[in-house]
Amino acid sequence: MRRTSGKLFHALGLTAVIVFSLFPFYWMVAASFKTQPDILASPPVWFFTPTLQNYADIFADAKVSGAIVNSLIVATSSTVLAVALGAPAAFALARYEFRGKSDLWFWFISNRMISPIVLALPVYLLAIQVGLLDTHLVLILIYLTFNLPIVVWICTDQFKSIPADLEQAARLDGADQFTIFRKIYLPLGAPGIAVSAIFSFIFSWNELLYALVLTRRNVQTAPVVATSFMSGYELPWGKIMATGTVIVLPVTIFALIVSRHMVRGLTMGATK
Amino acid sequence: MRASVTQAPAKPNRGYGRWTPLWFLAPSVITLLLIGIYPTLFALVTSFRRYNITRPREGFPFIGFDNYVGVLTDSTFWSSLFLTAKFYVTVLPIQIVLGLAIALLLHKPGMGLLKSLARVTLVVPLATTYAVVGLIGRLIFNLDFGVANQLFEAIGIGRIDWLSSQTGAFAAIAVMDIWQWTPFCALIFLAGLSMVPGEIEEAARLETSSKLALLRYVQLPYLLPGLTAVMILRSADVLKLFDMVFVMTRGGPGSATDLISIYIQRVGFRIFDLGTASAQAILLLIITIIISRLYIRLFYREVH
Repeated sequence: MRRTSGKLFHALGLTAVIVFSLFPFYWMVAASFKTQPDILASPPVWFFTPTLQNYADIFADAKVSGAIVNSLIVATSSTVLAVALGAPAAFALARYEFRGKSDLWFWFISNRMISPIVLALPVYLLAIQVGLLDTHLVLILIYLTFNLPIVVWICTDQFKSIPADLEQAARLDGADQFTIFRKIYLPLGAPGIAVSAIFSFIFSWNELLYALVLTRRNVQTAPVVATSFMSGYELPWGKIMATGTVIVLPVTIFALIVSRHMVRGLTMGATK
Repeated sequence: MRASVTQAPAKPNRGYGRWTPLWFLAPSVITLLLIGIYPTLFALVTSFRRYNITRPREGFPFIGFDNYVGVLTDSTFWSSLFLTAKFYVTVLPIQIVLGLAIALLLHKPGMGLLKSLARVTLVVPLATTYAVVGLIGRLIFNLDFGVANQLFEAIGIGRIDWLSSQTGAFAAIAVMDIWQWTPFCALIFLAGLSMVPGEIEEAARLETSSKLALLRYVQLPYLLPGLTAVMILRSADVLKLFDMVFVMTRGGPGSATDLISIYIQRVGFRIFDLGTASAQAILLLIITIIISRLYIRLFYREVH
């Protein structure tokens, strides 16, 4: 008797967890399929005839589709750059002892903590001076401040797990360090590199503050445009929620792919 | 390659010199110097200047520590820091308790499929774009057609004007933050629970039927590192919290949700007093550096 009720509570509890995690997400997706009168109904309606009109509207809206393209350009470029710069650094950190190593660590890890507002102010002034305001490049570069640390951290961890014997054998064959990095560490570390790339893509895609401050009309990213709908008298709720869904869907899928590494990515590996 | 074959003994240690790590590190270090350190130094210099870009004719003269004196005697700055601290002590205990409850549910044996499903769905809040969390919050907490008020009417409390009242707005952003970050705590605690060696846990389960005793004496030691990490990381996260709150309330009504990053953004990009904003940012940076030092000291022993 006690066992059955225990099981029942366990099942109920787990269901509650699922409802808790998914409800706000579900509510957004549901609203994106509602007509404006259905959204504005008070009290809110739970059952309604779905419409695709909101999606038709946002894909016809050059502002939204342009913003999604901008987000793709910025997030992809910044991720590629972060991996290209970060993977070699991770190799050095995993395989060598050198002076200043702990300072470098400290620097990479601190970047996880620093509020973007600290850099947004000076970068805004510098971007005006060099004419980079409202360009893809300024966002791509500034996103490296959080992408590079995440790539370096995850890749270092991965590279450390590659057995040193492989490297010894390659050395005996006369391979230099650059060859060893390219032929052994890059292929064997590929899973870690992929995870770190997905993380940097998610973080870049989700970022709002820098994008808000450093862009004007030309390179507004998707979160900026979604936010900009939030002014005016009668809000186009259906469009807003459809845009929100389109923004969140790709990163949610990515996040599900790396869900096993989520904690590692968010704590910079402090807890295994 | 051919050259190295003919004169092989000349450079036996190619790629193994003292400076080899430098070649691998230089690109990322130079990049971080340019995009991280240089702007930070620029902010430091700006913080010693009068720098209001809406009044360029006055120039940007150095004024010593005036901005810092101004910030430290500015009651709005302090109340915004205090509000940030209040937000932290409001959301964190709830996230820890809920997170622990979820972790225990997920750790409990049985219910395989439902459990994996629950574990996977926990990732959804964490991945949701912070700005979109704010948009969802505006929908859920709408006075007229929000689902929160539907719930409150159903349980007999009646409608609450969430986003236009001081307490309501604070509660609403707290709820959204709790939704987004409770899974983070849950996953960290779950990792801690799974570190408890199976035989120890089983022996303890035979010894006592009290779940609380099991938690207190067997599992707690394995949860403590995660708990510390959560406390430190969340403090840094609350200090940098901007997107969700900006979208939901813009810091208002009044200054009810004017957390520190929102306040600095307003001084810098609405009032355009970049001198003062830079001084505030540098102070925020100092707090953050202390937090990261603590985090590193506690969690990265291999570094020292």
